[in-house]
Amino acid sequence: MANSILSLDNIVKTYDKNIAVDGVSFEVPRGSIFGLLGPNGAGKTSLIRIITTITRADSGTVYLDGEKLGGSHPEQIGYMPEERGLYRKMKVGEHLTYLARLKGLSAPLAREKIDYWLGKFEISDWWNKKVEELSKGMQQKIQFIATVVHQPKLLILDEPFSGLDPVNTNLLKGEIHQLKEEGVSIIFSTHRMEQVEEICEHIVLIDKGRNVLEGRVKDIKNHFKKNLYRISYSGELPDGLESRAEIVEQTDHNITLQVGEQGQSNHLLQYLLQQGVFIHSFNEILPTLNEIFIRQVQGEN
Amino acid sequence: MDKLWLIIKREYLTRVKRRSFIIATLLTPLAFAVFFVVVGLIFQYESDDSKRIAIIDEGNVLQRSIKDEKNLYFKFVDVELDLLRENFGEFDYDGILVLPKVKDLLSKNYTVYYYSDNQPTLDIESLIRERVREGLKDYKIGALQLDPRQLEALDTRVELDPEPIDEAGENASQLTGAIAAGIGGVMGVIMYIVVFIYGMMVMRSVMEEKSNRIVEVMISSVKPFQLMLGKIIGVGAVGLTQVAIWAILIPVIVFLSTLVFGFDSQTHMEMAQNSAAADFNPEDTEAMIALALEEFRGLNWWMIIPLFVFYFLGGYFLYSSLFAAVGSAMGDDLGEGQSLTIPITIPVVIAFYIMIVAIEAPNSSLAVWSSIFPLFSPIVMPARLAFSPPLWEVLVSMVVLAGSSIFFVWLSGRIYRVGILMYGKKVTLRELGKWMFYRD
Repeated sequence: MANSILSLDNIVKTYDKNIAVDGVSFEVPRGSIFGLLGPNGAGKTSLIRIITTITRADSGTVYLDGEKLGGSHPEQIGYMPEERGLYRKMKVGEHLTYLARLKGLSAPLAREKIDYWLGKFEISDWWNKKVEELSKGMQQKIQFIATVVHQPKLLILDEPFSGLDPVNTNLLKGEIHQLKEEGVSIIFSTHRMEQVEEICEHIVLIDKGRNVLEGRVKDIKNHFKKNLYRISYSGELPDGLESRAEIVEQTDHNITLQVGEQGQSNHLLQYLLQQGVFIHSFNEILPTLNEIFIRQVQGEN
Repeated sequence: MDKLWLIIKREYLTRVKRRSFIIATLLTPLAFAVFFVVVGLIFQYESDDSKRIAIIDEGNVLQRSIKDEKNLYFKFVDVELDLLRENFGEFDYDGILVLPKVKDLLSKNYTVYYYSDNQPTLDIESLIRERVREGLKDYKIGALQLDPRQLEALDTRVELDPEPIDEAGENASQLTGAIAAGIGGVMGVIMYIVVFIYGMMVMRSVMEEKSNRIVEVMISSVKPFQLMLGKIIGVGAVGLTQVAIWAILIPVIVFLSTLVFGFDSQTHMEMAQNSAAADFNPEDTEAMIALALEEFRGLNWWMIIPLFVFYFLGGYFLYSSLFAAVGSAMGDDLGEGQSLTIPITIPVVIAFYIMIVAIEAPNSSLAVWSSIFPLFSPIVMPARLAFSPPLWEVLVSMVVLAGSSIFFVWLSGRIYRVGILMYGKKVTLRELGKWMFYRD
C-alpha cells in the first residue's frame, strides 16, 4: 500500500440496472506509468470518473496516497478526459488561469505556472488568443497544460494522443516521461496497444466491469509467451528437428519453432549448430500486448 | 466557496464583456426611444395640403367668426351658392360649407351642407362639426336668452374618491387603481420576460458546456452542483445588471428624445382627446398628470422595489434551475429537447395570463392563491404589489417562493449532475425523474 499512489479495493458501480464496474481492485505503483486498458464499454470511463471524484462508487474504497478519497483530492489529480473541450470564447491565458484557480492555485502562482508551461511549449504569445482561433492540435496543448498546471501527484490521461500529429505526439510523450521522472504517477488509458507497450510499465486490463489481467508489462508478456523462436538460417535443416521442436511456420530460410520449455532453446541452438546449419539470427517471439488483449477479451466470450 | 465565486465571476464577466451583451443592453433603450419618437411623429403628422373653405352662413349662425386651423382656412362669403358652384373652378376654394337658417331653436338636429369635388377627410369633417356645434351653442344661448353660467353649472363632473374605512389607512385617490394597474402590468411583463430570456440563457449555456465537452474537465475540479449554481448566479447577476441599466437608461433616453423632438405625452393626450371630440379642457389634463405623478411618488417604493428584486431572484432561481436541468439532459440538438422545455414554459405562460386578470381584480381569490403558488407567484405577485396587498399574503408568498426556489435548485442539481455526463441518448421526462434518485 505504501508504494502505491492509488489503490482500488473492490469497486462496484451500477447505473440503473447496468453494472458498469463489478468489483475491480488494482494498485497503481508510485511514480510509474500505468496503463488502464479495456475494450469500449468495459468500464474504464466509469472507473476514471470514480477516481477523479466525479462520481462515487456504490461500494468499495479508493485510496489516494494512502488516504481515503475525499473532497480535497481533486486538487492532487490532473485529469484529461478523452472527450475534452474548452470554452471557445475565452482567451487562452484567462482560460488556463480559471482552470488553475479552480484547482486551488492562488492567482500569482497560477500566473507563474502558466507562464512556465506556455514558455516550455514556446507558445507564450498565445495568452491573448481566443480558444476558437486555435487549431485542434493547439487546443490539445492547452488542455494538457490545464491538466498539469497545478502539479498533480496523479495524472490521468484518457487517449491523450488522439487527434495529434506525430510531432506533437512525440512532444507530449516527452513531457509525460519528464513528469514521470519528476515523480508524478500517470494513469494512461487507451486502446492503442502499441502506445501502451512503448510507454507503460504496469497495466490492468478491464473487461465487462472486471479486471482480467494486472501486472508489469514484462511479466505479463513472459506469462503469455509460448516459447516461440524465429530462426533465420542458410543451409539444410536436419530431419531430426521435428522431434525436438514443433514447427509453427516455415518460409524460405526462415522458420518459427516452439519448444516445450524455456531452457530448451539453448539445446535447440546447439543442435542446429552441430548439424552445420548457418544461423543468421535467433529471436524469441514475445506476444504483443495487442495479441494478449484480444486473446483475453475474446477468450472471455 | 472560493470555487463557487470563481465560477460566478467567470460566468458574469464573460457575458458582460461580450460585444453582443453591450449592444443589446444599449440598443434596447434606443429602440424604445426610436419607438417613442416614431409614435410621436405619427401623432404629430398633419395633412400637409392646405384647404380653403368658403362658408355661406344663411342664418348668420356663426356671426362671422370662426377660427382658422393649420392648413385649413375659412372664408365667409356673401355669394349665392348657385353662382359659386357654377364658377367653382375660378375661385380658389376646395369646398363650400352651407349653414342653413335655424328653423327650430329647440331642435337637437341641424344639418349643414358641404359641397366639394372630394369627400371631406375624417379630421376635417369632425373639425367642422365641432366648430359649428360650438357656434350654434352660443347662437342658441343668445337666441333663447339663457345665462351661460347657469348652463355651465348644469354640467357637473362627478368624481369618486376612495377612502379607507380605517382612518389610519392610506388615502387613495381616484387614480390609484389605474396607476397600480399600470405599474403592476409593467412589473408582471418584466418578470415574464426575465424568466424566459435569462432562463433560456442558462439552458443554452449548460448545453454548450456539455456539447463542448468542457464539462468533464470542470467537474473533475468542482462539484456539478457548484458549477450549476455558479452559472445560475452569474447569469442572474447579468440579468440584474441589464435590467438595472435599462431602468436607468430607458427613462433618460425617452426623456431626452422628447426634449429633442419637442413634444411630450401631453400632446399625445391632446391629440387623442381632439379626435374623440369630447369636451376637453387642457387644465383638466394637467391636473390629472399632476395627480398621477403625485400618486406615483406616493406609492410605497421602499417596499415595491426590494420586493420586486426578491421576486425577480426567486422566480429566476426557480425557473432557471429547471432550465439548467433540462439543458443538461439535452444533447447537441436544440430541437430534440424542445419537448422537455414545454413543462417549464406552460406554467410561465399560465402565470402571465393570471397576471393580466390579477391586475383587474387584484384581490380575487385567483389572484391571491396564484400569488402564493410558487410557479406563478414570481409573475403574479409583482403585478399586485402596487395595490398594497395584505402583509400576510406577501410574507406567505415570499416564504413559499424562497423555500421552493431552494428546493428546485437542489432538485435540478440532482438531474444536472447525471445529465451532463449522459451522451447520445434521447432523454424522456420519465428518465429525468429517475435521475433524481441516482446515487452520486
